Amino acid sequence: MPSEVEKDAITGTETTGHEWDGIKELNTPLPKWWLYVMYATIIWSLGYFVFYPAIPWVNGFTRGILDYDQRTDLDRQLAEVREFRGELLTRIEGASLAEIREDDELLDFAVRGGGRAAFAENCAPCHGLGGGGQQGGYPALADDAWIWGGTLDDIYATLLYGIRSDHPQTRFGIMPAYGVDEILTREEITDIAHYVVSLSGETEDAEAAARGAELYQRPDLCVTCHGENAEGNVFLGAPALSDQIWLYGGTVAEITAQVHNPQYGVMPAWIDRLDDATIKMVSVYVHALGGGQ
Amino acid sequence: MATAAAAVAQDTAGTRDSVDYNEDVVRLFTLATVFWGVVAFLVGVVIALQLAYPVLNLGLEWTSFGRLRPVHTSAAIFAFGGNALFATSLYVVQRTCRASLFGGRDLANFLFWGYQLFIVLAASGYVLGITQGREYAEPEWYVDLWLTIVWVAYLIVFAGTLFKRQEPHIYVANWFYLAFIITVAMLHIVNNLAVPVSFAGVTSYSLFSGVQDALTQWWYGHNAVGFFLTAGFLGIMYYFVPKRAERPVYSYRLSIVHFWSLIFLYIWAGPHHLHYTALPDWAQTLGMTFSVMLWMPSWGGMINGIMTLSGAWDKLRTDPVLRFLVVSVAFYGMSTFEGPLMSVKPVNALSHYTDWTVGHVHSGALGWVAFVSFGAVYYLVPKLWKRRELYSLKLVSVHFWIATVGIVLYITAMWVSGIMQGLMWRSYDSLGFLQYSFIETVERMHPFYVIRALGGILFLLGALVMVYNLIRTIRGDIRQEAGLAPVRPAAAVSAE
Ligand code: HEM
Ligand code: HEM
Repeated sequence: MPSEVEKDAITGTETTGHEWDGIKELNTPLPKWWLYVMYATIIWSLGYFVFYPAIPWVNGFTRGILDYDQRTDLDRQLAEVREFRGELLTRIEGASLAEIREDDELLDFAVRGGGRAAFAENCAPCHGLGGGGQQGGYPALADDAWIWGGTLDDIYATLLYGIRSDHPQTRFGIMPAYGVDEILTREEITDIAHYVVSLSGETEDAEAAARGAELYQRPDLCVTCHGENAEGNVFLGAPALSDQIWLYGGTVAEITAQVHNPQYGVMPAWIDRLDDATIKMVSVYVHALGGGQ
Repeated sequence: MATAAAAVAQDTAGTRDSVDYNEDVVRLFTLATVFWGVVAFLVGVVIALQLAYPVLNLGLEWTSFGRLRPVHTSAAIFAFGGNALFATSLYVVQRTCRASLFGGRDLANFLFWGYQLFIVLAASGYVLGITQGREYAEPEWYVDLWLTIVWVAYLIVFAGTLFKRQEPHIYVANWFYLAFIITVAMLHIVNNLAVPVSFAGVTSYSLFSGVQDALTQWWYGHNAVGFFLTAGFLGIMYYFVPKRAERPVYSYRLSIVHFWSLIFLYIWAGPHHLHYTALPDWAQTLGMTFSVMLWMPSWGGMINGIMTLSGAWDKLRTDPVLRFLVVSVAFYGMSTFEGPLMSVKPVNALSHYTDWTVGHVHSGALGWVAFVSFGAVYYLVPKLWKRRELYSLKLVSVHFWIATVGIVLYITAMWVSGIMQGLMWRSYDSLGFLQYSFIETVERMHPFYVIRALGGILFLLGALVMVYNLIRTIRGDIRQEAGLAPVRPAAAVSAE
């Protein structure tokens, strides 16, 4: 519906004379401030092009007056952090685990600083902040029950190579699947479970537990790894069964399940993921959580 | 009622001439907009609650956060937003061209059912775990091909109607719609170039690899924002704001300049999603500077929307539909200020990967996209079903306030949690080690996740109020209310 250019009564501005479905347009000029701010952003951008990498070329790009490069910048920032950590970190790099443990300054640096930070970032997702452990096979590290040993060197080795990890030197222990592989019958396994429960608590079925005890002590069965008094064996990674600390639960049903078809937890090897100083600090940190031997 | 019908007849007579507008398909798309809107908000609330209370993942793969998140984003952007764009564009293009839809009723119906099929195929795929893993482009190759067909048909219908027009000029809303349709076609095709592993299977591999793949994806992702959620919705604004305010558009010249500068600049800004990654420095510079330059072109749209009200500000008090439209434009202004700010590399170093981004998204998505759509739907429903007015303007006002409080809760919670998260990630202790672990930051975010979910619940409730209001409107009921009815100067309605 072509119409005439008219003056809008309210603003006093002219319309363009176009009209669509009753909509008209005013011919208001561009707001000055709007235009100037737009020019300012353009000028700012052109300025940025001069100072920073900007224009791609056949075999590269303009690097800008500041010669900025994000890789170099990152390296610089990492170096700054390194510098800030300073001489203490250098000393940690050169020290043995025992030396760190003995030296109050280094111990503090590892426990309050590097070890804590690296543990929180890398280990806490499974072992919990503060090493409290988690249901489902993630052992607590703040107690004094150790599956693979609780000396500084043990902990360090566990960290380096992991448990059932893909590293060739990984700690590796496999409990047979007594039920699935039909080594024992369902009843025998339940009996053993009753016995294991009785080691650290009450059992509802003393007879079953007595039958279980016999099986447990058979030389080709549990006793071989978990020990005569179920005290465990850190060389084989066999946990103690007498301390009421359970990876996969301590009821008859849960123990039966584990003997029938064991779950095998995996811990990654950290040797290729963290630098040696960090692994040392984490070892000292874990050792200091409470249960170090 | 008799007088009401007469008023409607008179209202349309002036502009309608004898053109046989296809309003059936617009009605369908409008209903779909409302339906998918509720679905999108509902799933949004569910995933917001899942982040606050992980047990709500229910331990099932189909209901896990990872599967439902793309259901939410696609339902919001493509199902809710997409249907709103279809409904309004097909309505607006007919009215402002004084021409019925090109291609006739069959093609229009194909658009509707074809697009709904796309949505259902996409969403059911996500729940079953079928995804390309490209954000906002998750559907696999067979769904992509189908959408391509539907989209080309859309382009034909829209452009064909423009060609048939009986007006000498093309109205600015249609420039935006056309830019949206063409650019989305291009983005969709390039980003989904992939080789299916087999024609019997659902999996495919992208044609691009490494950083090129990432850049293609974010060229797409950013322009999905720029052309789907911005250009298309500016089309909505350019028709419904002047219509509802019954005022001329503020500045024709501004609309030209901001249209072309927006179109030109947006397409280069994608690299700001890949700051501090393997993307070469020069490309990051490009993304950042073009985003900063995008600030004023974006605000041009805001100025044109808000200033169109000059001389009609009082209507904001009496007309909650107009309030939706105008506040949406204000949110648009806010998020297009925040966006360029977040594109500046040092700011992005803080905001990237945090909830700040999610807050930014939703100030755009809830405040701008959803609000402008609500305004348009409230305008359209009485017109399409030939009712004099909505069932209740009071309820529109209720919807407005509940939804606004919801948005404020949502965005402020995300600002606080995002900035807190960013600051925690970068804080060092006195010995030079990171102060907080990732899980510590997650723990701290819990209260904000709860607040965000509350905001989402309010937003959803508001939408349900709208559903009720629209049903009553369609049934032809009008609630007796004092004070809120928009003051309509008799002459201003039609074009004389
Ligand atoms: C009731 C309203 C809504 C709620 C409660 C909600 C909630 C959420 C949640 C919890 C996320 C995931 C955030 C994360 O991963 O940390 C999300 C993501 C997203 N939502 Fe919504 N949403 C709502 C409405 C909308 C609407 C209306 C739109 C678009 C029109 C939208 C678009 C998006 C987008 C694009 C993302 C992805 C953000 C990103 O990747 O940064 N949402 N939403
Ligand atoms: C001038 C306008 C805008 C600019 C320059 C801009 C810029 C940005 C930036 C820098 C990010 C964060 C990227 C990152 O750190 O990963 C972002 C994210 C996002 N923005 Fe905007 N924004 C603008 C307007 C909008 C509007 C109006 C909307 C919505 C309607 C929107 C939706 C989004 C979405 C969905 C994301 C999340 C992408 C993802 O999944 O990571 N933006 N935007």
